[in-house]
Parts: sequence; C-alpha cells; structure tokens
Amino acid sequence: MVFHLFIPIITPMIGATLAVFFNRQRIAARAIALISVLINLGYGLWLMSVVPASGPLVAQASGWLAPFGISLVADGMSALMVMLAALLMLTTIVYSFYSVDYERERHFYYPLLLLLLLGVSGAFLTGDLFNLYVWFEVLLVASFGLITLGGSRDQLEGGLKYVVLNLLGSTAFLFGCGLMYGFAGTLNMAHIAERMATLSNPGLQTALAGIFLFAFGSKAAIVPLFFWLPSSYHTPPVAVTAIFSGLMTKVGVYALYRVFGLLLQNELAVYGPWLTLLAGLTMVIGVLGAVAQMNVRRILSFHIISQIGYSIMGLGLASAAGLAAGLVFTAHVMIVKMALFFIGGAAEQINGTGDLKKMGGLARREPLLALFWFLGILSLAGIPPLSGFIGKLILLQVGVSQQAYLITAVAAGTSILTFFSMLKIWNEVFWKKSYEDVNLLPRVPLGLLAPGAALVILSVALGLLAGPLVDYNTIAGQQAFDRGAYITAVCGVDGCEAVYRAALK
Amino acid sequence: MIILLAIAIGSLFGGATYLMLRRSVVKLILGLIMLSHGVNLLIFTMGDGVRRGAPPLVDANGQPPAGVADPLVQALILTAIVISFGFTAFVLALAYRSNQAVGSDDLDDLSTTDRL
Amino acid sequence: MMPLLLLLSIFMLLRGHNLPGGGFIGGLLASSAIILQIVAFGPKTARRILPVNYLLLAAFGVFFGAIWGLPALFAGLPYMQAFWLPEPIPGVGKIGTPVLFDIGVYFTVIGVTTKIALLLVEEPILFPLPAMKTASAESEEGA
Repeated sequence: MVFHLFIPIITPMIGATLAVFFNRQRIAARAIALISVLINLGYGLWLMSVVPASGPLVAQASGWLAPFGISLVADGMSALMVMLAALLMLTTIVYSFYSVDYERERHFYYPLLLLLLLGVSGAFLTGDLFNLYVWFEVLLVASFGLITLGGSRDQLEGGLKYVVLNLLGSTAFLFGCGLMYGFAGTLNMAHIAERMATLSNPGLQTALAGIFLFAFGSKAAIVPLFFWLPSSYHTPPVAVTAIFSGLMTKVGVYALYRVFGLLLQNELAVYGPWLTLLAGLTMVIGVLGAVAQMNVRRILSFHIISQIGYSIMGLGLASAAGLAAGLVFTAHVMIVKMALFFIGGAAEQINGTGDLKKMGGLARREPLLALFWFLGILSLAGIPPLSGFIGKLILLQVGVSQQAYLITAVAAGTSILTFFSMLKIWNEVFWKKSYEDVNLLPRVPLGLLAPGAALVILSVALGLLAGPLVDYNTIAGQQAFDRGAYITAVCGVDGCEAVYRAALK
Repeated sequence: MIILLAIAIGSLFGGATYLMLRRSVVKLILGLIMLSHGVNLLIFTMGDGVRRGAPPLVDANGQPPAGVADPLVQALILTAIVISFGFTAFVLALAYRSNQAVGSDDLDDLSTTDRL
Repeated sequence: MMPLLLLLSIFMLLRGHNLPGGGFIGGLLASSAIILQIVAFGPKTARRILPVNYLLLAAFGVFFGAIWGLPALFAGLPYMQAFWLPEPIPGVGKIGTPVLFDIGVYFTVIGVTTKIALLLVEEPILFPLPAMKTASAESEEGA
C-alpha cells in the first residue's frame, strides 16, 4: 500500500481549480500550471526509479479492500506513461506561453490543460475498469474544450466530428464495461483477470475483446476508425495539436495494452494475427494518406496514425517482448512526434500559413529550427543513432524472432515512406527558395524553438544511451504481461477471489 | 422481464444506428443520446437482480437478502447518466454554434476540414 | 418557493451519508430552485437575487471536495480515507471528511447545472462553454 500514489491525480485536480480562481491573473495561472506539472513530473520520475525493482505499487482509494474499492496500480508501463505525460505537458505549457493568444488564456486554457493531464494520469494509474472509463471521459471533456476553444468555423466543423466519433467510442467502452460486469461480476482489473482465467466461455470473451478493440481502437485511431483524427487535429492552435498528438491516441494504445495484456490475455492469441493485420494496414494507409497532403500539420496528423500501427504491432506480436518493444517505440514516438509538431508549428506561425506551397526558404533564415527539424525526421524515420532507430530495431527484432516476417517487412518499408513524406516538408518549408523575401518574416522566438529542441535532444540522448531505456521497458513489458504479479500486488498472495470470499463470509 | 429489456435495448440500438446514419446533425445527436440510453439499460440488465435474481450481497447468515437490488449497477448508471448529460449539453451547444457558422444542418456541408 | 427548496436541499445534503440524499441530490435540488427563478423571472432577476459567479462556485466545489481527502494523505493513509468527529453535532448529525466532501459536490453541482442553464438562456456570443470544463470534474465526483 503506497498512500502517496494519488499525488499525480490530486495535483492537477487542485491545480486546475486554483487556475480557475486565478484566471484573471495571467502570471498566477501560468505559474500554477507549471508547478502542478513539475510536481507530476518529479513524482513520475520517482515512480520510474522505484517500480522496476519493487514490482507494481498499489493504493486503495479511501482504504476500501481491494476487489471492492477503486485501486490505483503503478507498474512499469503506468509509471513510464505518467512521467511522459507530465514531461510532454511541461513542454506544451512552455510552448503555449509564446504561442497562445490572451483571449484563449482568459477562457480557461490552462485549467483545461491541467484537466487533460488529470484525466490522462488517472487513466494510466487506475486499476478499475469503470474508473478507467471515467478518466477517459475526463480527458475527453478537456480535449473537447481545447479543440473547440476559439470557435472558428474550421474548429467547429473539425470539433463536431472529433466529439461525435469519440463519444461513439466511449459508448462502446461503456457497453464493454457493462458486459464485463455481467460476465465476470466485478470491475476490478486484477479480479477480472483472475476470474477470466477460470471462467470458461470463450465465445463471450472473444466478443468482449472485440468490443474493447473497437472502443480503444477508435481512441487510438487504428485503421478503419481513424477518420476523426486528420479532419480535426490541424484546426486548434499548434500547442493543442501537439499535446493531442502526444497523449490522446497513446492513451488508447495504453488501454489496449492493459486490456489485452492483463484482462483478456487468453484472447491475445486469438486476436494476435488480426491485430498484426490492422497494424500493417494502419502503418501503410496512414503514411499513404500523408503523402497526398500539402499542409504541415495534416501531414503530421496522418503520420500519427501510421506510427500507431507500430505500437499495435508490438501488441499483435502477443508476447512480453512484443509489449516491451511496443512500449519503447511508443515512448519514442510520443517525444519525437511532439517535437515535430512544435517545430513545424513554429515554422507555420512565422509564415502565417501551414500550406506547403506558400512556405519556403526557412533553412537560411532559421538554421537552428531547420537543424532540429532534420534531426527530428531522421529520428522518426529510424536512422541510427537516434531513438527511432532503437524503437524500430527492437520491434523488428522481435518480429523476426517470432517469424512474423510479413509485418516486419511492412514496418521496414513504411519507414522509407515515412522518411520520403517527411522530406517533402523539409524540401518545401526549409530548402526550396521562397517566392517572397524570407528576410521580411518575423524571427522565431526562443520560447517557440526551445520545447521542440529539448525534445529532439532528448530523442538523440535516448538513442545514444539506449541501454537504460531498453532495460526499463523490458521489465515494464514483462510486468504488463504478468497477471500473477499484478493480482498479487493488488489483492495479496491469495488473490482477489479469496479476499472476496472472506469478505462475504 | 429479461426478454422485454432485451427488446427495449435492441430497439434503442437499432433506432440510434438508424438516426446516426442520417445526414442531419440534429438526428446524429439524437442518435447518440438514444445510444447512451441503450447502453445504460444494458448495464442495468447486467445487475444480478435482473439476471440471477439476487444482488451480490449477503446478510449476517450468508443468505442473499430479499427485495434488494444490485446497488453497483445503479451507481454505474448514475455516473454514466451524469457524464452523458454533460456531453449532450456540450454537443448540442457545439452543433448550434456550427449551425450558426456554416448555416446548414447537413453533414455533407461540414467537409471543409477534410479537403486537400 | 426558493427559500423552501434551498432549505430542503441542505436537508438532503446533510442526511445523505446513510440515507437517500447527499451532495449530488441536494445540489440538483438547489439548482432547480435557482433554475425555477430563471424560468419565472428571467436570468437578470435570478442573477440579482443570488449574485454568484456559478463557474467559480463549481471550481470552488471541486477544490473543497478535493482538499478534504488530503488529511488522510498527510496521516499516511490512502487518499479520501474518512475521518469523523467522535460526537454528533445536534441538529446537523455526524461530521467528518465525507460530509465535507459532499458539501464540495453540492457546490459543484449547483455551479455547473445553473451555469449550463444560464448559458442556454442567455445565449452568450462566445462559443467556448466555460461550464463544460467543470462538468467533467463533477461527473468524476459523482463517480
């Protein structure tokens, strides 16, 4: 029992309410947002340092006994995600200082960001299926607010699609929760996992897995369910798009990992080939969609979909090693994707447009920006020694070792297409001669450059010092796949069923 | 009882799907609302009171008490209703505003963000 | 009607721990009292009778609810672990952190529901519905 496991949830909650109170004082609101995020970041780092050795940490809300109350569980995967969420939110807040207009700040921009962080941290930490649904709704509400804040025509149109399709996904999740309760008679994840192993009704389990795949797949934007993403992500301010790209789809990926790795592990063998198929389609269709686009952020949006394919591939390989590889890749892509959005957004901001045809010549005007962009796309494409290389290498290794040659080949081929489509932005935005005099453009403020640059440097560092990252994720993958340890951590050595029976007596 | 509920849930889902496949924004939202009602009813039927006739509660003698419903599904439904209430208010306001901005209720007119 | 409904809502709030009632129900009752005023006399009169910033009220409710989980945290217990005063206070009943948390829920529900009603009635020009932000916090408290 670790009573302070609630800190990453309480901090943004109290921070958000305080930021509402001090909304008029701009500096106070900014400071509150910054402090809350820093606390979460520190706690996330501490969790990451402790969890690999100690196994999953558990806390019970209000001290209720495990299968009855709401449990919070932090294993390696949760700790990594909590830390990354806080880190990415930190860069977003810094970027927002320089890019978000006062009108938005006045309309509760920072409270919404903190609310998003609250929902995301809660979703990563909770050990209860229905509670996961509630956290999903919290982060959805925050994202709805952020995506429509401003109310231009594009935002309203994109926002409507985003809202409706995400609500549909949430409803499917709720549907799955209801069936799960009817089937297993409990909503505590450890307890469900334990009962799933003993209950024999394979048909219903497979149906449940399908419902959860639909629900979380529509959040993660895997192939047949991705249409909301490219039609809405380029409409809000750059900072909002960036944090969405870093967090929103990845929460869906996390939930898929959690549900298939823990609750429905038996089904993973059934769904593995299908997941791999979907992963391959997601990679290819995402990147082909990107090739056709002519707008910086829309290209990047399609690349989010393509990269999700790799994360799903890790799940589809259906082993602890596959989950570990998928986690390494997800961590890498969260960092690099946000960096690219920041840098591309900075270019967009000084140009006043994201249309590739109207941009150009920035390599001469802003050499630093161009340098970091180039490093970023190298990392995304997977060129050594950057973090993308490590992420893809491990995934491909696991793929080959499990004789999944086709998906491995598709993944490798998609990397080339990714690089090609990223080079298009490089050519159009940075390299080609501009039609207008670039010297008339405003300079990029340091505050717009720094967050993206910091994330790119982090990616380089993760590529050079890959050992600790890979070791950590190997342990995290094993923990995510180890049902026994999870159940023991939540309910004790005898398992939840024993606690349940004892309480009934 | 369970048959009646199953029919009700099925009709709600069917109606919701039909409404959501229309082109009008208002019908789309009505479909979403119906869908959430259908899911709430489904959760209700998952409570042990309806399916097995007894809630997961026992009295001092270890026997299921008479005349008590499963409280957990009710808590779940209450939460789901509150959430869908908030979301419905939000989506309606959003649709209203986008109707003001676009001047049309037709989903085919809401395609500017999808063009190349 | 309004004073009567508000009194009833406080009664509901305080009996809520062991009987039907509680912060959520009480908050809905109180906000329905205010919404009745809006319907009967229009939003201007309603705002004059109760000059409250409902958004801030909702945020305060979340804050108030959240902080009463903290004492347990400082005592090294899980968040929201309950503390009770040993003696019931006459006329009010037993007081403990869950009751204070319920008061937070009460304020949040009043704030959010009334704010939504006011926004729908007054049709402000700005799209971003500030009330939505707290609606989720409230639903989370409802959980």
